[in-house]
Formats: sequence, structure tokens, C-alpha cells
Amino acid sequence: MYFFRRTLFLIPLLLVISMVAFTLVRMAPGGPFDKERAPASPEIERNLKAKYHLDKPLPVQYAIWLGGVLRGDFGPSLKYRSHNVTDIIASGLPITLVLGGLAFAFALGVGIPLGFITAVKKGHWEDHVGGTLAILGICIPALVVGPILVMFFGVRWKLFPVALIGTPMHLVLPTVTLGLFFAGRVARLMREGMLGVLDAEFITAARSKGVPERDILLRHAFRTAVLPVVSYGGPLLADLMIGSFVVEQLFRIPGIGVFLVSSSLNRDYTMLVSLVLLYAVVLLVANLLVDFAYGLLDPRVKLA
Amino acid sequence: MVMDGTAQQDSPNKRAWRRFWRNRLAVLGSIALVLLLALVIVWPFLAGSDVTASPGDFIHHPDAHGETPFAEPGGAHLFGTDIHGRDLLSRIVAGTRISLIVGAVGAIVSLVIGVFWGAVAGYTGGRTDSLMMRVVDILYSLPSIIFVIVLITTLHGFLERWGVSSDWIPRLKFIALFAGLGAVSWLTMARIVRGQVLSLRTRQFVEASRALGAGDAHILLRHILPNTAGIIIVYLTLTVPAIILYESFLSYLGLGIQPPQASLGSLIADGSLQINPIRIYWWLLVFPALALVGTLLALNFIGDGLRDALDPKADRNAG
Repeated sequence: MYFFRRTLFLIPLLLVISMVAFTLVRMAPGGPFDKERAPASPEIERNLKAKYHLDKPLPVQYAIWLGGVLRGDFGPSLKYRSHNVTDIIASGLPITLVLGGLAFAFALGVGIPLGFITAVKKGHWEDHVGGTLAILGICIPALVVGPILVMFFGVRWKLFPVALIGTPMHLVLPTVTLGLFFAGRVARLMREGMLGVLDAEFITAARSKGVPERDILLRHAFRTAVLPVVSYGGPLLADLMIGSFVVEQLFRIPGIGVFLVSSSLNRDYTMLVSLVLLYAVVLLVANLLVDFAYGLLDPRVKLA
Repeated sequence: MVMDGTAQQDSPNKRAWRRFWRNRLAVLGSIALVLLLALVIVWPFLAGSDVTASPGDFIHHPDAHGETPFAEPGGAHLFGTDIHGRDLLSRIVAGTRISLIVGAVGAIVSLVIGVFWGAVAGYTGGRTDSLMMRVVDILYSLPSIIFVIVLITTLHGFLERWGVSSDWIPRLKFIALFAGLGAVSWLTMARIVRGQVLSLRTRQFVEASRALGAGDAHILLRHILPNTAGIIIVYLTLTVPAIILYESFLSYLGLGIQPPQASLGSLIADGSLQINPIRIYWWLLVFPALALVGTLLALNFIGDGLRDALDPKADRNAG
């Protein structure tokens, strides 16, 4: 019931988000046809504007766009006029999602074990080495890792292809570039959560009952210790999205992140508002799933 | 750690400071940050305002165009030169200064909004609290950085339409960058402050103050907020590197600091363009990258050190 209400609440929220984005970009001076090559005659420009409804009042423009979206049509791109936004999203979104998903998996796959080990071996060399790796991870952003990986692995040693998407090998460098920062964040959260739990009374109780140390760590402690990581899931996805703009630009990956920045600069409002809406849907749904997972994992939380 | 008589009489703050100075990485980070601040403050005076003059052996004006583009590091240009023959070392110093200013101002903006929001929500409680925190939850799940991008890309046009003189447009864009980055970074601060205030407002010293006739504003400002100072400072030190990171991302995408000004993000972006199979001008990438990573490491070490030092648990375990 709780999640049903939350899901219903998304609808007005998405309306507001798209309206704000639409208003901002349509109120800003400069139109989508400013950078056209040939200086169009006033008549041509008028016809262009009429064709894309730019001559109508703003609320009408918004209503036309929204009506299209509800029918699954995001309208034409005003910059790349031979394509419509739906096509561009359909070709770019899977690539962005695959890249983001791989980086997410990389962050969890590296970060959780690293944080777990550094907490269990607190004060030993594993802790020092792991802690150093984790802090290096959060201090070396994608825009530093990416070019440096390209310089060594792509250009100098020629081990990996450095641009575009084709084979799985193409995904190795972008995934590492995007995921490294988040692996560091996850490792630090995991270590903190684990250290907090290992002091808790229910762990002492389990120890005194003679539960094997392995079971204590993996069954009892892990489940509670992983909660900070789970609640970081939402912000992690949002940050992953910003990182993906950089990574897509750096590796010339034809995802949708590149279009978001360029459509905002070009005042390509159908494209921009559609992409903002898309990102909002992805993030809001992901946050809903995070809260759902939290409720399942934490026995103290009852959301139903 | 043996608890002797004097250690017990020290105030908690004094003990926290001692723990901080015993943390080797935190001390290292503090020294590095002080040196960095000294460098970025002193450099403009050494380099002077004259773009053409070269006052020192290796000190140059960040915008001075030289005759040798892509000079290798060494000699008069310790870190080499860029595509226009500008000295890379002086550009990195200028970029680090901008990154540090953006980080500090953005963090203060996030501090003001976050503390106000969190304190009001936590102190008022009830429906106001749940409404305000619901807003924070919603903003958490929104792609707020996208709005910063849209705002920054549309701002130029707005300013021109409003007849702002062209001298002021870059400055106002700069301010918008601070405000925008601060405005998307206050959410965690609000949550932390609210949690603290919520637990403090039922404590006995607050009741005592209220019984003596103190008003809400007095209680909040004089009794509750000072008690949250520790955690606010810790979180503030960790917000600075986060905002520097945001700024470098925006500048990397060409949306943040505009040329000829440099920030570490735009320097790295310029440098990564010079990596190609024909020639690798490695210094253009490696030195700005090291400067960014070094700055972030120093700030994070300090933040971690402060957190460990101010942790009440550590106070219980050892002196």
C-alpha cells in the first residue's frame, strides 16, 4: 500500500519536473534554429516555427509535447530534424543503461568485499592497503582515470580499444573509469557499517552462544552492515549519471548522456525535456526500489 | 593509552584536537592544504598583473602567451607549456585557486541552506518536520545536477536579455555556478542537522533553558546549534571536495569555468584532447590531474581526521 501511494505520487512529480525544465529552456532567449548554416529568410523561419508549433503560446506547446509523450511519441528533435527524439532515445538508452549497469555492478562487486575485508581485519595490513585504495578511488574522478587509462592502455600499449562501442572489450575501460569512484565510496560505507555492527550487542550474544565466526560475519553482521550501502544507492545512481556524461564524451560512446548537454546548449527543447523526464523516471524508480530493498533488509523498518 | 590525571581534566575539544594531531594522514593533509593555499594566494603577487612580462625564472602569468607551444617540462617552464605556449604550472596554480574558491563558497552555500532547513525541521517537529524532510527525500531522487546544467546553459541568454553589461555576465555566471553547486549539495547536511537537533531538543539543558523563559530562537541558536558544530564541521570538510568534483565535471563538459580562465577540470579536458596515437603531450594531462587528485586527497584526509577526532565513541575509548 505504501509503495502504491509512492508510485502514484510519481505522476504529479514527473509533471512538475518536465514543466520546470520546459519553462526554463523555452523562456531562455535563443531558439533551436539559431545555429543553422544558411541564414533563413524570415518567411522560412516562420514556416519552420509554425511546423514545430514554436509560434504558439507556451502552455499550448507544452500540451502538444505532453500529448505526444502520453502516446509514446517524444516529438521531433529540433536540432537533428531527420530523427525524432524517440529514435534517438531508443538507440542511445540501451547503451547508457548497459554502461551504467556495468559500472554499478563493478562498484558493488569491488566495493563491498573491499569494505568487508578492511573492517574485519581492522588495524592489520589488509585494512591499511584497502583503506588507501578506497580513498584513492574517491579522489580520482572519472575525468582523471579515463584519459590516463586511454593514454596507457589504449594509446601506448594498445591493449584495449578506446572509442565507440562494438565488442565487449570496448566496455572495459569505460566501466572501470565510471565505476572506480563509486567502488571507493561503497568500500568506505561498507567498512563503516561493518565496524558499527561488530560492536553491537546481538553480535556479542551470537559469539557467546558459540556461533562460528564465519556465520556471524556473513549471516548476522553483513545484513545490517550493508544498509548504509543500500541507502547510498539512490545518490549513487544520480552521481553515476553525471559521470556517464563525461565517460560518454571521453570514449565517444553513442549514449544519451551526450545529447543531454548538447540539447541544453542548442535549446533543442523537445529533446531536452524528454531526456530530463527520462532521467527523472529512471532515478525515481531506482529510489523506490532502494527503499523497497531497505524495507526487506532492515527488520526495524516496516513500510507496509 | 593510559589515562592520567591531567588527561581527564582536559575538555572534550582539547582531547579531540590531540587525537586529530596524532593522525598522521590528517596532519599531512593539513600541511599540504596550507602550502597549497599559500601558493595560490602568493602566486598572483609574484606573477604580477602584466601579461607580457616574465618576472621570475619559472613564474609566469597564467594568461601569458609564449613562443613555444607544447614545450616539454623543464627550464623556464617547470611543467611545460600548452597549445598557446602558456606556462602550465602557473595555469595549474590559477586553476587550483578557482577550484578551491568554488569548493569553499559552494560548501558555505550548502551549509547555510542545509543547517537552516535541518534545524527548523528538527526543532519544529510534527507535520512541518515530515513535510520538510519529504521535500529533501524528493530532491534526493531528482536529477538536480541536470537543472544546474540547464540553468548555466540558459543563463547567458537571460542576462543578455535583461541588459546586463557584458563585463558583469561572466561574473554573474561565476556566482550562479557557486550558488547552483551549493544548492544541490545541501540535502545531506539538512538530514544530519535535523537528526542531531531532534535528539538534542528533548535534553535536559534545553528544558532548563526553556523553564528559564528562553525563546525558541535563543534555544536554537545558543544551545542546540553549538552542540551540532562538530558534526557540521566534519560534513563541511567533506562537502568541499565533493563540490570541487562537481565543478571539475561541469568544467570538463565546457559548462563551468570559461576560457581564458582555467579550472582543474577544464585543464584536464584540454590535456585529454592532446592524447593521440601520433604524439602524447603527457604533461598537459598528468600535472593537472595530479593537482586535482592531490587537492582532493588533502581535503579528504582532513575530513576523515576530523570525523575520527570528533567521534564521541573515540572519546569514550581513549584519551
